[in-house]
Parts: sequence; C-alpha cells; structure tokens
Amino acid sequence: MKNFTYFQPENLKDAAKQLGNNWKDRLLIAGGTDLLGLMKHNLERPDVLINLKSIAGLEKIEYLPGKELRIGALTKITDIAEHPVIREKFTALAEAAGQVASPQLRNMGTIGGNICQRPRCWYYRGDFNCLRKGGDICFAVEGRNKFHCIIGGAPCFIVHPSDLAVALQALEAKLIIFSGKKSKSVAIKDFFVLPDADVYRENILKPNEIITEIHIPEPASGCQSGYLKFQEREVWDFATVSVGVSIKKNANFIETGLVVFGGVAPRPWIEQKISQALTGTILKENTISELTDICLQDAEPLEENKYKVVLAKNLLKNLLMRLNNI
Amino acid sequence: MTIELNFTINEKKITLKTEPNRRLLDILRQELNLTGTKEGCAIGECGACTVVMNGKAVNSCLVLAPQINGAEILTVEGLEKDQRLHFLQENFLKHGAVQCGFCTPGMLMSAYALLSKNPNPTEAEVKEAIAGNLCRCTGYKQIIDAILETEGDIK
Ligand SMILES: Cc1cc2nc3c(=O)[nH]c(=O)nc-3n(C[C@H](O)[C@H](O)[C@H](O)COP(=O)(O)OP(=O)(O)OC[C@H]3O[C@@H](n4cnc5c(N)ncnc54)[C@H](O)[C@@H]3O)c2cc1C
Ligand code: SF4
Ligand code: FES
Ligand code: FES
Repeated sequence: MKNFTYFQPENLKDAAKQLGNNWKDRLLIAGGTDLLGLMKHNLERPDVLINLKSIAGLEKIEYLPGKELRIGALTKITDIAEHPVIREKFTALAEAAGQVASPQLRNMGTIGGNICQRPRCWYYRGDFNCLRKGGDICFAVEGRNKFHCIIGGAPCFIVHPSDLAVALQALEAKLIIFSGKKSKSVAIKDFFVLPDADVYRENILKPNEIITEIHIPEPASGCQSGYLKFQEREVWDFATVSVGVSIKKNANFIETGLVVFGGVAPRPWIEQKISQALTGTILKENTISELTDICLQDAEPLEENKYKVVLAKNLLKNLLMRLNNI
Repeated sequence: MTIELNFTINEKKITLKTEPNRRLLDILRQELNLTGTKEGCAIGECGACTVVMNGKAVNSCLVLAPQINGAEILTVEGLEKDQRLHFLQENFLKHGAVQCGFCTPGMLMSAYALLSKNPNPTEAEVKEAIAGNLCRCTGYKQIIDAILETEGDIK
C-alpha cells in the first residue's frame, strides 16, 4: 500500500476542508473494509486519508417515537442488526444488516461506508481498464456477466452491492449530507444514479461531501417491512438478488406498498408497477403470484443472467407470503 | 508521516511509532512478533487474520494501524495462560478441529468473541459466528462441535 498522510479532523468543517474537489487524492475512511480492498488493488491511491472516526457524534442510534429513527453514518452494521427498536419497527433494515458480509466485517463496517461502497464487478475490481475506470469499453457486455444487472444498465452494467441501501429505500430513508458549510437532506431515491447519468460514480455525492446521518420516518400503524436475500455461497456473499418490501395493511388488504430489488440494477431498483398494483389487494397465494408476474417486465438480461428475473419474482413472492403469514 | 500509537495487546500496554499505511496484521506479525495471526486473502474473505478488538472479532488485514489507537486487542497468543492452553483450544484438539492449522487462530478468535458474549450458543449461532472463517480441511463439523463443547464462562 502506498504511503499517505492520515488526517484526524475534530469536526465536520475540518474534514470537509481537507477533502478536495476530485475523487483521486483525498478520501474519507470510515471502517475501511471496502477502502482497504480498493487500495490493495490500486483502484484507489490517495495521498491523504481523512478519518471520520475522530469526529464525535457520528456513531449513534436515536429513536424519536412517532417521528423518526436517526442513525449516525459511523454506526456499525452489527449494532444496527442487533438494535431492538430497529428489529421491531424497521425490520427490513435489521434483516438486511444481519445478512451483510461476515461478523468480522459487520463489526468494522459502517452504514455510511456500506451505502458508499464501490461496485463489485469483477472487471472493475480486476485488472481491466473499463468504462467506469476511464477506459473505452464495458467488458461485461461480451464477457462473463452472470452477476451483472438486468435493468437500468448501459453503458455500464454493475449492480449496486449494498444490502442496506435496498432496505433503506424500502423504508424511504433520507440521507443528511454535509457539504462544506451546511447540511442538506436528500431522499434516498434521489441519491443513487444510473450509469447513463454518471458512469464513474454510483451516487450524487461530491468529493467534498460527507454523509452524517440517515433518517427513517416512523412507519405508520399497520406497517410491516422485510428483506430477503439470495446468495450463491452459503456463508457470506453479496446478494445475487435481494428484495426489500414495506407494506401498510388495513384489516386484510394492502393500503400501500413499496417493493425494491437489489442485485438487479446499478442502484436499488424501485418496482413502480408492482408497488402501485399492491394497493387495494388482499394478499393470498394466487393473488401474490399474479402480482409478482408483472414485475421486472422491462428487464433486458445479458447472456448469462436471465435467471435473475425468475429469482427476483420468487424472492418477492416468498417475502410477501412471509409478511402475510401465508 | 509517522504516527504514535498507544494500545493494549493481550493485556500488555504498547506504545509504538509507525507509518499510517500499515495494517494491524503487519503490526502484529512484524513489529510485535505475534505470528499466530495468519494472512490469507488480505481482503476480508477468509478470516485467517481474525483478532478480537474491543470485544469484537475483526479482520486484522482490513484494520489500518491508526484505527487501533486506544484499542484493546486480543490475539491467539493471549488465549494461553501460564503456558496452559485455553480450554477452547483443548477442545479444538480433542475434536480434531485442527488439521493444517492455518485457519485455527482465526477460528479460535471468532469462537472466543462469540462465547464471551454468549456462553451457551446454539449450533446456528456458532455457524453464524464462524461464517467469515474459511477452513479448507475439516468440513467445519469438528470445529462447531469443539465450540459447542466449550460452554460457560470462558474468561
Ligand atoms: C468480503 C466482503 C464481503 C462483503 N459482503 C457484503 C454484503 O454481503 N453486503 C453488503 O452490503 N456489503 C458487503 N460488503 C461491503 C461492506 O459491507 C462494506 O465494505 C462496508 O459496509 C463499508 O463500510 P466501511 O465503514 O468499512 O467503509 P469504508 O471502506 O471506510 O468506506 C467505503 C467508501 O465510502 C466512503 N465513505 C465512508 N463513509 C462515508 C461517509 N460518511 N460519507 C461519505 N463517504 C463515505 C469512503 O470514502 C469509501 O470510498 C462486503 C465487503 C467485503 C470485503
Ligand atoms: S459493468 Fe461497469 S464496472 Fe463492470 S466492466 Fe462494465 S463498465 Fe466496468
Ligand atoms: S487475511 Fe484477512 S480476511 Fe483473509
Ligand atoms: S485446518 Fe486447514 S484450513 Fe482449517
């Protein structure tokens, strides 16, 4: 690993000042579990690392009943998975957190770092100068693309690797972003971008911006949420496909629902059609099958990943059955 | 740039100066001669480098030196007391959970972190605790049995 200067800012202003206006020389470090891998493979070669841990107050879980849940960006994934209020009321997030990587990585990795982690495309992580790294072509188009996206791709076909992002989208979280002088609040649906808008970055963050908190609104009464993940290896693995759902029930029928897929697109993928179709339905086994049939109709799988369409439908079906005790 | 670090390893206080680009794994193996902790993949995938930091299992290949300032770290060398193996280690031997031994220090530390929080884990909890530790030899069953037998207060 190349040598670098390690900066320990005392507050956000100092940290933002240290960050530059490009993505090359100066980077933030939280738990370091993604960044160290990137540095080992020479994908990042920073001159300065800015340690977020030296700033007080960024590691916390605060529940304001009736209002919202506030999670500091430096909160460890383990602490989210184990938090009783998150498990009870923000279930999709606790379930997603419990399935991230391995215990060791959940103990170091933070929620902010998880949302900002870089793609896992094997050409990107390997020795290929692909589009996302400033080259001219995407090697996944003609190459091995079993784990690439089936929707929202072109010109780059990554999937977003974060489990937490999918659950946070299902729960309609907001990100609090500090940009130099003041903070702004960004709905998570406006945070991630597709490659046709920016082929180099996965989100709207600028090089001098810092995520400080994640806010999740209190679910209305009758709301339930969950997260289901399919992974190839039995122990730790990134999601091949995953799904996060939140539904609000009124007696037997669904008042509103939100369905978000992971592992299918370069960002957490909101399924508009099915979210709308959920409204007013009474969920039984046959209605669930009809519903899940309409999802991902616009998918354009690559050579090796057609299986993801079927897998996504089945995961959604299983999760809806579980949430409705069928 | 050199930085000064103060931390505790296996109950011993340590102060040392180092470059910030070194990993906890390098500090252990190269500076402190604690070579029980192994380097496998170096990217968080195999768990051979697992140590317990502030009570939690972590991959020492993914911890930067400056991140250990003020921390309490336990490595496999800290399990043995007065030249006697810890009973977790004895159970590993008894169950044949050690073959080539490369994964063993990491396995022990993941098991230790689990048992110090949860003295009577279920089999599922044991499996989850060692999900980040790869073993190419044993097929895991012997390891799981050894951990399950080590009940009670492990300190
Ligand atoms: C073997 C392995 C398996 C994994 N499996 C999974 C998995 O199954 N599911 C999953 O979701 N993830 C998985 N991950 C990714 C892992 O969860 C992330 O590496 C971790 O959450 C990142 O958190 P961190 O604090 O270590 O981030 P860091 O490595 O410190 O940072 C990651 C990136 O985010 C930036 N950053 C960090 N914090 C902020 C902030 N507050 N504001 C702005 N930018 C910031 C950093 O500059 C850096 O570019 C895996 C990783 C490994 C190595
Ligand atoms: S999918 Fe994206 S990251 Fe992967 S090779 Fe293509 S351009 Fe590069
Ligand atoms: S060497 Fe650290 S996880 Fe493999
Ligand atoms: S005993 Fe050989 S890798 Fe586990």
